Amino acid sequence: MKNKVLLQGNKVIGEAAVLAGCRFYAGYPITPQNELPEYMAERLRGVEGGVFIQSESEIAAINMVAGASAAGARAMTSSSGPGIDLKQEGISSMAACELPGVIVNMMRGGPGLGNIRPSQGDYFQATRGGGHGDYRTPVLAPATCQEMADLTVDAFDLADRYRTPVMILADGMMGQMMEPVVFREPAPRDYSDDFKMTGAGSGRSKIIRGLILDALAMEEHNWKLVRKYQAIADREVRYEAYRVDGAELILVAYGTAARIAKGAIHRLDSLGIRVGLFRPISLWPFPMAELRRLSESVREFFVFEMSAGQMVEDVRLALQGFARIGFHGRPGGVVPTPAELANVIYRYCRDREASIGKS
Amino acid sequence: MKKVFGRPQSLKDSTFHYCPGCGHSITHRLIAEVIDELGARGTSIGVPPAGCAVLAYNYFDIDMIEAPHGRGPALATGLKRMLPDRLVFSYQGDGDLAAIGTSESFHAANRGENITIIFINNAVYGMTGGQMAPTSILGQKTTTSPSGRNTRLDGSPIRISEILGMLDGAVYVERCTVNSPANILKTKRCIRKAFDYQLAGAGFTMVEVLSPCPTNWKMTPVEACRWIDEVMSRTFPPGLIKDSGSPKGRGEA
Repeated sequence: MKNKVLLQGNKVIGEAAVLAGCRFYAGYPITPQNELPEYMAERLRGVEGGVFIQSESEIAAINMVAGASAAGARAMTSSSGPGIDLKQEGISSMAACELPGVIVNMMRGGPGLGNIRPSQGDYFQATRGGGHGDYRTPVLAPATCQEMADLTVDAFDLADRYRTPVMILADGMMGQMMEPVVFREPAPRDYSDDFKMTGAGSGRSKIIRGLILDALAMEEHNWKLVRKYQAIADREVRYEAYRVDGAELILVAYGTAARIAKGAIHRLDSLGIRVGLFRPISLWPFPMAELRRLSESVREFFVFEMSAGQMVEDVRLALQGFARIGFHGRPGGVVPTPAELANVIYRYCRDREASIGKS
Repeated sequence: MKKVFGRPQSLKDSTFHYCPGCGHSITHRLIAEVIDELGARGTSIGVPPAGCAVLAYNYFDIDMIEAPHGRGPALATGLKRMLPDRLVFSYQGDGDLAAIGTSESFHAANRGENITIIFINNAVYGMTGGQMAPTSILGQKTTTSPSGRNTRLDGSPIRISEILGMLDGAVYVERCTVNSPANILKTKRCIRKAFDYQLAGAGFTMVEVLSPCPTNWKMTPVEACRWIDEVMSRTFPPGLIKDSGSPKGRGEA
């Protein structure tokens, strides 16, 4: 059996990144993700060619990542809400220049400085690109420390395979909690790195750029990116369906909220209400077709988020009006208990039955 | 017969888009000549800025990667740390370095990143049509300082080279200009020195070039060259700002 270790979420991502071949990390301190740069500072010291830089800002950090990535290194940066705002310029630029890289967002309460409590208020920013221009960022949302380890490796692979920045979206709860983890052996790389910029040697010089002044040429580049995003949407959807067979209602939740949802599902089960969970793991690409398929057998869906309601819009897009969608959210860094969610859903189901009885 | 003049190998066979009398094309050529002299065409990586020189990669025949506005030194940091034996330089204008990218430049210098910044100071935002720059001199009329730069409203021109020169990580900083054949040759020597220092692993180096912008200064090229000597140089005196020497072997970083 492989070695199981007990490790905090932030550090799990750091260890998984190094095992996946990450040799460059740059970041700026911000709670609740500080253990990740601290881990990288210590860990990369002991790795040949490993570079850690505490940057002057998140803007500098993401651009350092772009530079290291262009040099051919697997590179990562991490932050939380306000710092992720600052990285958007660089993420948009990396998307345009088709540079791989991994960005971790341990979400906290917002908008503005908000607070340092766990939150899921950055869903829109993460899944809609975040920066300016026509681009997408693959977004992976772990719900356990084990998944943080596995998805970190996946994030580097996706970034390299599709030459695009990839985001890991978790929250302060995920970053701070400890769970047992088994680190898996990373698969050998199966992508080309001919974009690498290491000096022209005796050959032709290379250019990496996002500036394309001719509108038709820019449009062509945009369509090329769109085809890439379509390939990602076709191949890289990830989700978990939990106890959905025979469910009368399906909860839709991701990350920490999905953990709470599972607790609520067990409570509701003891009350005789059969609830399943649909947990998107890739938030972009969102598992639209997979969720839609469930609506062929279930008519009641209920979205739960630690926000005022963001992913619920994707659920509406997926279900296209074919099912009823309830919602419960707690923004601001509040982490509801499974009991609270179970109560909300219990009342929701009771009211629903009453209204059906009336009609 | 000995060939005495030709296109440097590190420049592509293409025509500069820069305006007549602009200092960019001269400085591009000087950088290319120095790279050729160092035999570094295949081991150099340049980071062009946002601004008129954003298209520098159309002229240099070396690997080049674009940076967002002002972020050249951060991107160059990532490149250089992963490829410490390459010659890495960031090419930046006054807005790029002394306004939007001050933080990245300041901290790259302070970390003593072993990169070189070629800093083109033409006291104006060129590409966007002649707005006031952080280095516009007092009284200078631009499209956004129509009554002339005013200390009370706009602050004073920033002598960023002197500021960066104060940092321990900066080992060589010099200001020069390309407004005469003699000054062009001197600028080339400065670029050579900065690259030599970098190749010796000395640390952060920067060459500021006072560069004519006849179009936005609304002058003829000859008037622009004269203006650098008679007016601009009073705010930005050419000369050595810092030289800590380049001890061979100190470049263990």
